[in-house]
Amino acid sequence: MSFITGVGLTSYGKHEGSSSLDLMSQAAQLAIADAGLKRSEIDGVLCGYSTVSPHIMLATVFAEHFGIKPSYAHAVQVGGATGLAMTMLAHHLVEAGIVEHVLVVGGENRLTGQSRDASILALAQVGHPNYEVPLGPTIPAYYGLLASRYMHEYGVTQEDLAEFAVLMRAHARTHPGAQFHEAITVADVMGSKPVAMPLKLLDCCPVSDGGAAFVISRERTGEAGVRIRGCAQAHTHQHITAAPALSELGAEISVAKAKQAAGVAISDVRYAAVYDSFTITLAMLLEDLGLAGRGEAAARVRSGHFGRGGAMPLNTHGGLLSYGHCGVGGAMAHLVETHLQMTGRAGNRQVRDASIALLHGDGGVLSSHVSMFLEQVR
Amino acid sequence: MSEKPADWTTGAEAIVYQRCAACGAMQYFHRSFCASCGSPDPEPKQASGAGTVYATSLVCRAATPETRAHVPYNIVLVDTEEGFRMMGHGDNELAIGDKVTARFVPFAGRSVPYFEKV
Repeated sequence: MSFITGVGLTSYGKHEGSSSLDLMSQAAQLAIADAGLKRSEIDGVLCGYSTVSPHIMLATVFAEHFGIKPSYAHAVQVGGATGLAMTMLAHHLVEAGIVEHVLVVGGENRLTGQSRDASILALAQVGHPNYEVPLGPTIPAYYGLLASRYMHEYGVTQEDLAEFAVLMRAHARTHPGAQFHEAITVADVMGSKPVAMPLKLLDCCPVSDGGAAFVISRERTGEAGVRIRGCAQAHTHQHITAAPALSELGAEISVAKAKQAAGVAISDVRYAAVYDSFTITLAMLLEDLGLAGRGEAAARVRSGHFGRGGAMPLNTHGGLLSYGHCGVGGAMAHLVETHLQMTGRAGNRQVRDASIALLHGDGGVLSSHVSMFLEQVR
Repeated sequence: MSEKPADWTTGAEAIVYQRCAACGAMQYFHRSFCASCGSPDPEPKQASGAGTVYATSLVCRAATPETRAHVPYNIVLVDTEEGFRMMGHGDNELAIGDKVTARFVPFAGRSVPYFEKV
C-alpha cells in the first residue's frame, strides 16, 4: 500500500527572482506540512530536472539546499511524464519497504530564468539530433504533425481542438494560482497567432515558473486517505519519425496495464487528470484512455461532460494549457488538484465525487506514458 | 562494420536508409545493427526520394535566427516508397496522401530534403 499523504503547489506564472531550487523548496515545504510531517522524517527524495539549471545530481543538490539527508535520492527524467513516473517509483519504493516517506518534487523558473526562445530550443532537442533537429522543428511542430494526422484519420477539426483550450481556461478562471484568468472563446483560439499549424498560440501551453511536490508514504499520516491503487508505463519510441501508428500509441498500452494493476475499469473513474501540453495532446489522450470514443472528445467537452459539474471532471485547476507549465512541475499540478478534490479541499472547484481518479502523463512526442489510478479511502 | 555512406545529414544530396539482410526490416536512423533483430551491419541503400505525405505542420514560429529567416516552412513526415518514414521539408500546400518526390534545398546552413507534389 502507498498513500499520497501531502501535496504542495505554488502559483504558476512569473516568480521573478526565484531559482528552480527556490520553487522546489517552496513546494516541498508545503507538501511536508500538508502531510503533517517534519522534514527530518523524509527519507526518500525523487526530483525531476531543470532546463534552466541543469545538474547531473539535482536530487542531492536539492536535498542539501533544502536541509535534509535522505537514505534514497536521485533525479528522474521522462519529460512531461516525469511527475507521474516519480510517483510510480515512490509507490514501489514504499511498498518494498525501502523508505517510509518519499518527497517527490519538481520546480523551475522556466519563464523568467531564460528566454522563450531558449525554452523552445531546449525542448526541441527531444527530436533526433541528426535526422530531425536540423530541419528546424519545434515541440509544437512535432505535435502539429500528430494533430494533422489525427484530424485526417478521425475527422477532428481545428474548432474541435479549440474546445479544449476554452475548457481549460474556464477551469483556470476558478483557481487563484493559475497563470491565465481571462476568458477565451473558440473564436479567440481560432484567431490566435499560428505557431505550428494546425496548432495556434492558444492551442499551446505557456512557459511558466512554478513548483509542485507530494509526499508518498507507506501509511496515512492523518485523516486524508488517498491511496495509489495501481499504475503502469509504456514507452514505444522517442522520436516522432519512429512513432507507431495512431492506433498503437503508448497511452492505450499503459492504461490497459494500469487497469489490470489497479483492478478498476474506466467506468469506475469519477475524476480525470490528463496531460494537456497542447489541445491535440488532450484530445488524443482522452480517446486513447477510453474517456471518449474516437473523434468524440470535443463533443463531450461541448456537452459539459468534462466540466466541474459534468460526469467526468477534468483538470479542474486549468491544466498545463491555462494553470501553466513549468516543466516537471507542470503535470504535477494535475496530481495536486486531484488530491485536493479527493480530500474535499478544492473549495469553489470541488466536484461532487472524486472517489476514483485516473491520471495520465506523456513525455516527448507521445513517447513515454504513465497511467495511474488513485482511490479515496475513508 | 559498414561505414555510413554520405547523405543529407552529412552534407551530401542523398537520402540513405538501411535494410537488414537477416530479417528484412528497414530503418532510417543509421545504426551498426538492426534495431528489429539485432543482426550486425544492415545494408545501407539510397532511397529514390519518392513517397506519400503522412503528416504536415507549417512552422510559423521558429526558435533561432537561422530558422526564423525561413518562416513559414512546412515540416512533413513522408512514407517513402521503400517503406520507411522520414522527416523533411515540403511545399506549404502539401496535403496528407499527396504523392511526392524529394529535391534538396538550403535551410539554416545546410541542404535538406524538400518534398513536392509529383
